[in-house]
Amino acid sequence: MKLEHFRFETDADGIATLTWDSPNRSMNVITVQVMDELEKAVAHVAATDAIKGCVITSGKETFSGGADLAMLQGLGAEYQKRAKADGPEQAMSFFFDASRRLSQIYRELETCGKPFAAAVHGTCLGGAFELALSCQFRVVSDDEKTRVGLPEIKVGLFPGAGGTQRVARMMPTGDALQMLFRGDQIKPAQAKGMGLVHAVVARDALIQTAKDWLKANPAAKQPWDTEGYRLPSNKVHSAPGMMIWPPANAIYRRETQDNYPAAKAVLAAVYEGLQLPIDQGLRVESRYFAKILRSPQAAHMIRSLFLSKGELEKGARRPAGAPANSFKTVGVIGAGFMGAGIAYVTALAGMKVVLLDRDMAAAEKGKAHSHKIVSDQIAKGRAKSADRDVLLERITPTADYNDLKGCDLIVEAVFEDRAVKAEVIRNVQAVIGKDVIFASNTSTLPITSLAENFARPKQFIGIHFFSPVDKMLLVEVILGKKTGDKALAAALDYVRAIRKTPIVVNDTRGFFANRCVLNYLSEGHRMLIEGVPAAMIENAGKMAGMPVGPLSLTDEVAIDLAWKITQATLKDLGPQAVEPALVDLLDELVVKLERFGRKNKKGFYDYQPGQPKRLWPGLKDLQKVHLDPDAIDVEELKQRLLVCQALEAAKTVEEKVIVDVREADVGSILGFGFAPWSGGTLSYIDGMGAQAFVALCKKLAAKHGPRFKPNRLLVDMAKKGETFYGRFNPYKKAA
Amino acid sequence: MADAFIYDHVRTPRGRGKADGALHEVTAIRLAETALTAIRERNTLDTARVEDVVLGCVDPVGEAGGDIARAAVLGAGYGAKVPGIQINRFCASGLDAVAFAAAPIMAGQKDLAIGGGVESMGRVGMGASGMALAMDPSVAIKSYFTPQGVAADLIATKYGFSRDEVDAFAVQSHKRAANAWDKGYFKHSVVPVKDVNGLTILGRDETIRPNTDMQALGALKPSFAMMGEQGGFDAVAVQSHPEVEFVNHVHHAGNSSGIVDGAAAVLVGSKRAGRVNGLKPRARIKGFAQIGSDLGLLLTGPVDVTKLLLKKTGMELADIDLIEINEAFSSVVLRFMQAFELDPAKVNVNGGAIAMGHPLGATGAMVLGTLIDELERRDLNTGLVTLCVAAGMGTAMIVERV
Repeated sequence: MKLEHFRFETDADGIATLTWDSPNRSMNVITVQVMDELEKAVAHVAATDAIKGCVITSGKETFSGGADLAMLQGLGAEYQKRAKADGPEQAMSFFFDASRRLSQIYRELETCGKPFAAAVHGTCLGGAFELALSCQFRVVSDDEKTRVGLPEIKVGLFPGAGGTQRVARMMPTGDALQMLFRGDQIKPAQAKGMGLVHAVVARDALIQTAKDWLKANPAAKQPWDTEGYRLPSNKVHSAPGMMIWPPANAIYRRETQDNYPAAKAVLAAVYEGLQLPIDQGLRVESRYFAKILRSPQAAHMIRSLFLSKGELEKGARRPAGAPANSFKTVGVIGAGFMGAGIAYVTALAGMKVVLLDRDMAAAEKGKAHSHKIVSDQIAKGRAKSADRDVLLERITPTADYNDLKGCDLIVEAVFEDRAVKAEVIRNVQAVIGKDVIFASNTSTLPITSLAENFARPKQFIGIHFFSPVDKMLLVEVILGKKTGDKALAAALDYVRAIRKTPIVVNDTRGFFANRCVLNYLSEGHRMLIEGVPAAMIENAGKMAGMPVGPLSLTDEVAIDLAWKITQATLKDLGPQAVEPALVDLLDELVVKLERFGRKNKKGFYDYQPGQPKRLWPGLKDLQKVHLDPDAIDVEELKQRLLVCQALEAAKTVEEKVIVDVREADVGSILGFGFAPWSGGTLSYIDGMGAQAFVALCKKLAAKHGPRFKPNRLLVDMAKKGETFYGRFNPYKKAA
Repeated sequence: MADAFIYDHVRTPRGRGKADGALHEVTAIRLAETALTAIRERNTLDTARVEDVVLGCVDPVGEAGGDIARAAVLGAGYGAKVPGIQINRFCASGLDAVAFAAAPIMAGQKDLAIGGGVESMGRVGMGASGMALAMDPSVAIKSYFTPQGVAADLIATKYGFSRDEVDAFAVQSHKRAANAWDKGYFKHSVVPVKDVNGLTILGRDETIRPNTDMQALGALKPSFAMMGEQGGFDAVAVQSHPEVEFVNHVHHAGNSSGIVDGAAAVLVGSKRAGRVNGLKPRARIKGFAQIGSDLGLLLTGPVDVTKLLLKKTGMELADIDLIEINEAFSSVVLRFMQAFELDPAKVNVNGGAIAMGHPLGATGAMVLGTLIDELERRDLNTGLVTLCVAAGMGTAMIVERV
């Protein structure tokens, strides 16, 4: 048997070992060739009398991350092609067969008459874990790096190679649904507790344990293939089932706002599958899988959350040929909330940090932030006190600029005031080396103008973090007019070192993320002024897919900050720049009522200790009109809240603030939680088509004002039937 | 179109639907037989002339399964030639059964039929027949399925009924029911359930608490808060009516309809049937209607169906003298009264299901009977009966005395 992706050998006892070790890849991935060979190997095991059973393991440091998502994407493209050429029925038939092939190979493996055992070390996820699940015996190493799980749901897919059916037949339905919904990577001990694996042993005992089991269980069958098998939670339509399914459906809606067809497909596949014998259950799973895989939504989520995110993290925007930077010591100027967070993530990544503030007490306070974060993790059992000691050791608080001398990179995060920043820049410049890159974490001030204070503007760049720094995954890298490639490479290397996702944007007021999200906030404020009940505004935001409502988000960023930004905009751009009603609302809340948001426990919400926040009842009195809620079109509210952001994103593309469309999508999801189901701001537009989006904009503009007027780029795209990923194909440009 | 007249109606008392309830030892068939037998005996009816028996039953499984109407017909000795059919529109089944019995009469296809219903909630169990609507993701999610208690709480939240208001209504239900029993308003229609020896097992509704008061009800914890929060249903409710920030849980066992066992039967016939059988009509069915309504609120169907029926019959609410709206939950009745700005003195004047219980499949026929009795007692003319229905529906019927 000739195999390229596997090694196959049989020992003296007749136990075969199939070792997965794809050539020229650091990680095993399920591709068409891998499926071909696996099928061949299963057939060989089944047909060879001398072989009693087979161990499946990996020849690499880790097992496998699962199926090649690009392959799955390609299947969708193939369907589209065939649908055009052969008609939808034939194309669908092809697609159904192709998309369930893996599931059928696994079922063949499971029922071929010879037992299989999976011996797993490292990560074993998605399609790879489904392979393990189809083996009668699963043993994993007790290693820190070993993780199993079915994370497909996180990219808009679901386990389609038997995962839903086997997991639901292994454990109580509620647990199974939770596992499939969450897509967590599960540690060995927990996996054993859940019944996902049978044994956890030392890495070097994996193969022997698997072989011993196969020798002892030559006629092993999966529980569901054994006579007398009963479902862990009884029949679906039973009294226990009545306790499971209605809440499962409700919790799905609570968690997803019914925006995630893949999660709904999990429910349907399990609900219908558990009422069937496994073979038919697998077929039902395949039907849903084919539907989800074909959906543009899944395609967009895979594109943004997996492919593009990975590409950006690996340096898609990094200038070619720039030498790699490694940073030993990073100087962080300003030990306030942002600076302290930046110090933490930098130290966490193993770099030394010089944390500077005006006086030692302030600098120490910033360091204490790291102490608190790790202490909280220790309390939750996620870190050890030794981790804290090591991390704190790396942070040196200081008030002396001379301590910045040895730094390889400076990140400035002082108060957003031109004069303060200018002074800091001058002070830093006086002590740092000539090659050191200076990065400013400003969120409001243009980088180009800040760079004027720096003698080497080529080495000046913006690295804009989001709050809280330790949680938010996105970093905006901002290019000033004179920022050079070296600075960009350094910034991207730093962002990579702290394991965050970068987007690179050109200098503009609000850069990318804040520009978009501010529209979300003010659209919510407008709705309030129009007389929409506050709760409906908030719920519409969440139902559209945003993590929190616009009023809630305003409270989080602080209403007085929104007020300050508005005042600054009025000052810079004139009184026509902001609608008077919006100014009045913020004036009323901030100046008259001193409702600043969460920070003073009074905002759009009231914050009582120990109680959930509640919308401030006084909001009703601020509204001059009260619309009848039953007469309000909630769908339109949802559209307004997303369109205002997506349209802004389209404008940033037209203005070349965003030069790579992937960054607008990834940045919008990671930066401000823009409806992940859509794949991001631009995928949202592509998803409905430029023509439909422009029509929607026009409709909203006619009804709600010119802010919804589509920009020229969109109108042109609509006319030509273009998409962002077609017109601005990020891969073509790279080539 | 021919007229359909109501010639008689009976019901059993309602027994607490639990193992310690008086009717727990009585099979569902026996309950239905009790009502059918009473109809025959009270009217010295030649049952061979009954052309159909339509019985509502919401959980028609086990002992209530397999067309309990036909079984009850045979059990009650109506004769092999009398057919029977069981129907289910959840809580309105009993009223719909009367409508389904009346419809062929109005269409000239039949002359005499019985509509009614039976539910042995204690023996069969609520939900025993399953419910794809709640279980199957393909429909439960898109239809915003929530348990009725959560929906009742959503109604209270959306339309602003406080805990005190829903409790006060419940207190009134008990007081009115107790008063009606004390004064004998029900005595002509309630037939006791007897054992094989003729000994009475239950002769009076079992769940009325005449002395219940605000304080007693105030001590009860909301029944649907945990289910709403942990089961995800509050979020579903809010998404169905997003102007609501959070669901205010106000309902509990004391202001919701009681789980009980019972049966009812209504004798419906054409004018000719009355003549042939020597029966005196007590009321004429003026019209009936069914409707689907808001899925999130679930239980506001009575508002929609009443509007529809008034339109169909060309009537106005001012034409209606008395109204029976099933007391599934306090908020259902309060919302109905709020929507039509009704005078509480015209609504459920003898209490309702909060006091006496709600044997799902039978209640519609029972409250219809209560309404006719009270119209007669007060010598009024026109009445409306309506029930909210699971899955967001409503059924209503207007009757007038003849």
